[in-house]
Amino acid sequence: MQIDDMENAGTPQPIITARAAGLVACPNCGRVHRHPAPARCARCGLALDPGPDKSLQRVLAWLVAGMIVYVPANIYPMLITNTFGHSSESTILEGVVELLQHGSYGVALIVFVASIIIPVIKFAAIGFLALSVRRQSILPPPARHKLYEIVEFIGRWSMIDVFVVAILAALVQLDFAATINPGIAAISFALSVAFTMLSAQSFDPKAIWAERDAAAS
Amino acid sequence: MTETDPMLPTEQGKPDPNDSAIEDLVACPTCDALYRLPNIPIGSRARCLRCHTVLTAPREGAMTRIAMLAGTSAILMIAAVFFPFLELTAAGMVQRSSVLDVVLVFADGPFVGLAVAVAALIVVLPLARFLSLIYVLAPMGLGWRPAPYAIAVFRMAERIRPWSMAEIFIVGVAVALIKVAGLASLSLGPAFWAFVALVLITAVKDNFMCRLTIWKTLEHRSQ
Ligand SMILES: [Zn+2]
Ligand SMILES: [Zn+2]
Repeated sequence: MQIDDMENAGTPQPIITARAAGLVACPNCGRVHRHPAPARCARCGLALDPGPDKSLQRVLAWLVAGMIVYVPANIYPMLITNTFGHSSESTILEGVVELLQHGSYGVALIVFVASIIIPVIKFAAIGFLALSVRRQSILPPPARHKLYEIVEFIGRWSMIDVFVVAILAALVQLDFAATINPGIAAISFALSVAFTMLSAQSFDPKAIWAERDAAAS
Repeated sequence: MTETDPMLPTEQGKPDPNDSAIEDLVACPTCDALYRLPNIPIGSRARCLRCHTVLTAPREGAMTRIAMLAGTSAILMIAAVFFPFLELTAAGMVQRSSVLDVVLVFADGPFVGLAVAVAALIVVLPLARFLSLIYVLAPMGLGWRPAPYAIAVFRMAERIRPWSMAEIFIVGVAVALIKVAGLASLSLGPAFWAFVALVLITAVKDNFMCRLTIWKTLEHRSQ
C-alpha cells in the first residue's frame, strides 16, 4: 500500500486534479469531459458546474435559515401533555431534564446529543468549512475533509426528536387519561434539520482541496 | 476485502485531453483527483489516494442482489405500514398504532406539514428508493438494455438517499417507548420488527452498491 506516502505533499507522483488536466469532472459519477464541457454530464445527466461561488452562497443561505429556525425550536414547546385536565408543556431541553428525573440517563443522553449537541456542532462545522474555503485555514485539507464527512453523516440523526414527538402523539390519544400533542417547536426543529442538511449538501468538498491544488499547479 | 490502488494518470504520462481513452479516466467525485482505473478485480476496492472516498468496489452479481434486496425491503415496508408497530395498554384499554396512525394523527390540524414530512421521511422516500433501484438494476442484472429513463431514475434514487430515515425512526421508537413507560405498558408489534429487518437489509444492500460500475454499465448499455 502506498496510500500513506501518497498523502504527503512533494510525493514523486503528485496527484493531478481533473481541473488541472484541463478536464471537467462530474461530481456525481466521476465521468470526465473535455473542454468545452457539455451542459449535462454525458454519463449521468447531472447539470455540470454551477460555479463555486454560487454553491458557497447556497451553503451560507441554508445555514443561516437553519440557525434562525433553531431559535424558536428551543424556546417554544416541543410536546404538550394533558393529564387529567392538567396541561404541561415542555421544550426540547425540559424534555431531556424530565428523562433525567425519571432516571433514563441513556435516553436523555441520546435526545440531548441528537437535539442540541449535533445541531450546534453542525452549525459551527459548516460555517467553519464554508469560511475556510476563501482563506488560509488552521486545519489541513485531510482534516477538513474528515470534518465534512462527519457532518454529512451525523446531521440526519437530529431528526430523532421529531419522530419521538410524532410517535408519542399517535400513541397517547384521547381515549386515555392522557393526551400528547406536538408543539410548534416540532415544526421549527424539523425545518432546522432539513435546512442544515441542504446546507451541507450544497457544500462542494472539492473546495477543501482547491487551495492546495492551486498551489501545486 | 482486498484494496487495489487506483493508478495515477501520471504513471502513464500526463493525460492528454484529446486522448481517445478519456472514458477510462475517473475523477474522484469528492475531491476531483484524476485516476486511470485499470480493471479493478471483482471483490476488491479502490479508494482515492488523498480523501479515501471509495472510487469503485465491483462485486459479483451485485446488481441482481441489490434488486432482490430492494424488493424484499419494499415488501417489508408495505407490511410495516399497515401492521401495528406498538401496542399500548393503559387503564384496561389497548391502543394499537401503525405507522399510518402516526402520520394520520396530524392530518387534520396545524401539523399537516409535519405529517407529510414524517410520512415522506420514514415511508414514501425509502419506498421510492427501493422501487427505483429495482426499476434500474433488475434489467441490468438480467443483462438487458436499461429501462426508459433509467439514468434519471438512478440519479433520483441517489439524491433521496440521505432523506430516507427509516433507521432513525427506529431509534425514535425506542426513545418513545421509554418516555411513556411510566404512563402505560407498551409492547412492540410485528411492524416494528419488519422495520428493523428492512433497515438491516438496506445496510447490506448499500454495501453491495458500486456507483461507478452502475453508472458505467448504464452508459454502455444505453448506447
Ligand atoms: Zn455524471
Ligand atoms: Zn478524492
